[in-house]
Amino acid sequence: MGITTVIRPKKTFSWNDIREIWQYRELLYFFTWRDLKIRYKQTTIGVLWAIIQPVSTMVVFSVFFGSLAKMPSDGIPYPIFVYTGLLFWQFFSAALSQTSSSLISNAAIITKVYFPRIILPVSGVITQFVDFFIASIVLIALMFYYGYVPHLSGLLILPLLLIITFLASVGGGLFLASINVKYRDVKYALPFVIQILMFITPVIYPASIAGKYSWLLAINPMTGVIKGARGALLGTEPINWALLLISFTAVFILFSIGFYYFKKTERYFADIV
Amino acid sequence: MEPIIKVKNIGKKYKITHERGSYISLRDVITIAFKNPFRFAKTKARQVTGFEKKEEFWALKDIDFSVNKGEAIGIIGRNGAGKSTLLKILSQITPPTTGEIVMHGRIGSLLEVGTGFHPELTGRENIFLNGAILGMTRKEIASKFDQIVEFADVVKFLDTPVKYYSSGMYVRLAFSVAAHMEHDILLVDEVLAVGDTEFQKKCLGKMEDVTKENGRTILFISHNMDAIQKLCSRTILLEKGSVMKIGPTKEVIDYYLNASHGQNAVLEFLNNPQKASSIRRISILRNDGTPSTQIPVSEPFKVKVDFTVHGPIKRSVLSMFLYSGGELLLLASESDQTKNLRDYEPGDYSTTIDMPAHLLGLGTYFFHISLQQPKSIAHDIQKDIYLEITDKGNPRSEIFPPGYYTGKISSILNFKTDKIN
Repeated sequence: MGITTVIRPKKTFSWNDIREIWQYRELLYFFTWRDLKIRYKQTTIGVLWAIIQPVSTMVVFSVFFGSLAKMPSDGIPYPIFVYTGLLFWQFFSAALSQTSSSLISNAAIITKVYFPRIILPVSGVITQFVDFFIASIVLIALMFYYGYVPHLSGLLILPLLLIITFLASVGGGLFLASINVKYRDVKYALPFVIQILMFITPVIYPASIAGKYSWLLAINPMTGVIKGARGALLGTEPINWALLLISFTAVFILFSIGFYYFKKTERYFADIV
Repeated sequence: MEPIIKVKNIGKKYKITHERGSYISLRDVITIAFKNPFRFAKTKARQVTGFEKKEEFWALKDIDFSVNKGEAIGIIGRNGAGKSTLLKILSQITPPTTGEIVMHGRIGSLLEVGTGFHPELTGRENIFLNGAILGMTRKEIASKFDQIVEFADVVKFLDTPVKYYSSGMYVRLAFSVAAHMEHDILLVDEVLAVGDTEFQKKCLGKMEDVTKENGRTILFISHNMDAIQKLCSRTILLEKGSVMKIGPTKEVIDYYLNASHGQNAVLEFLNNPQKASSIRRISILRNDGTPSTQIPVSEPFKVKVDFTVHGPIKRSVLSMFLYSGGELLLLASESDQTKNLRDYEPGDYSTTIDMPAHLLGLGTYFFHISLQQPKSIAHDIQKDIYLEITDKGNPRSEIFPPGYYTGKISSILNFKTDKIN
């Protein structure tokens, strides 16, 4: 006993919701565990998949953009330049597409059991973290190969970059997941949108080619993240704190919108999913 | 003592949208908004200001009741009466539109067995996953693990993915996890309708233990009146979203069952000339010919079926299906037992079914009468006709106290006793 539950017509948000997410942290763990288990069980090559994907993309990009198109890369070998960008970008894009479908694909659970719904999209993003860490092994290998030693201060900034990426994925994912419940054609539009987003993010090119308009790119939080990562790991430029602040603000706004919209529509999920 | 569940004035409103399908596409919304921005804005504005009312439907209205700790409450009602909606609100899956519910203690809801089971995962993994989804902590699941496995009887297959399980094993494992939830309040929806009879019995027994020994509170939805009667002390009857009756289980069930056709011994049905034939009237007659639904156990009685055949029907048969309490089919019998079925010319017919004395034990029964061409056409069927067998004039009740071991079948067996020594 000791627990009292009061059910009322739902408000959009109350502080209790935050406490509740903490109470359900084990379920968050189990959903993440399940997704990882299934992903690596169903494919024969399993964990290797997390490496093959970014590496093969890196190879293709290096050949076409690096060697053939002679894309500038701030004087860094193109493979390592593009791989740093891809590492963060693939985390973001995969998390975004996984979270956007997280409610639909768990409809059977949503309509039968109560738990804070936000756990599902959040666990979708956390799952991608694992892929990220596996894929970053390749980056370490590349850094050895090309002889790059990161600054200590650069390493310290990595967690901050991860937090920004995490919040961007969760914020965007929450928004997409909730509109996906209502409008099922979102999933057809999303891959296309992600594709376009990649081209307005300096993944395959350096942000410097935008010249004096490069600050505009900074509104896209992933720009700050990728630039920051290159600066920290490859020493392309000093850390641009102003840029990171813009990214952080943008991500905070994105997250707030996503969170608000998710909470607003959350109560109807079980009725319409 | 304060009730463990207090439900006050709960209502749930759904909006009926006339859009195609259950969801709309973003593409459509955008196209409409661009093609006709003014009309789009106008409709939106009207909806917001409440000028244009969407069609509404109250799935539940003014529900009030309270439950004390350790009680088992049954919830019955026809399909669409709002039972599942009520349970969904109680388990917080969907919020109410009005009202308030206060519950004390940990709540576990079991709207389906095996929620979240993943076919690729093994039995062991699914126990943990399903347990977590049902709100158990990892520690709890680990400590109950052996009991769960034993109850489900799947020890040998623990490390096999559940996609290779037979449906029986799957259901057993799923129920077993649910049955070991240590919650103060359990909300259960018709989950006993799964598995084989043997296992259903085991489940029911387990649920009884849970309330009686551990003092937990159960809310139990079922169509199976026998199960409700066995498990629940009080029952709520829902009808069209409101509480129709609430009280001791037996009273409520009797009321509910009678309400389907009333206690009329002579039931008239509409003649439908569109059909090949219609059952027009069904009468329950006592031995002396007077219509009654109350039949003394020691008297024979008759069921008379009048029907009209509109177009000729071939090789057809009249059947009676007799049910006890909930869904237990006690007896099925036909007008023709041999392969040579009868052809019926257009006209009116009357069939009398002789029911011998001491066929049925004390209690309430239902029967369906159907006219059908076996294996192909059901011409007409009338369901849920009510019948009660009473103790009146039962010589047995002079020997034993009333209700002493009354079986559903009350045939008198011949006991032959010889003194051999």
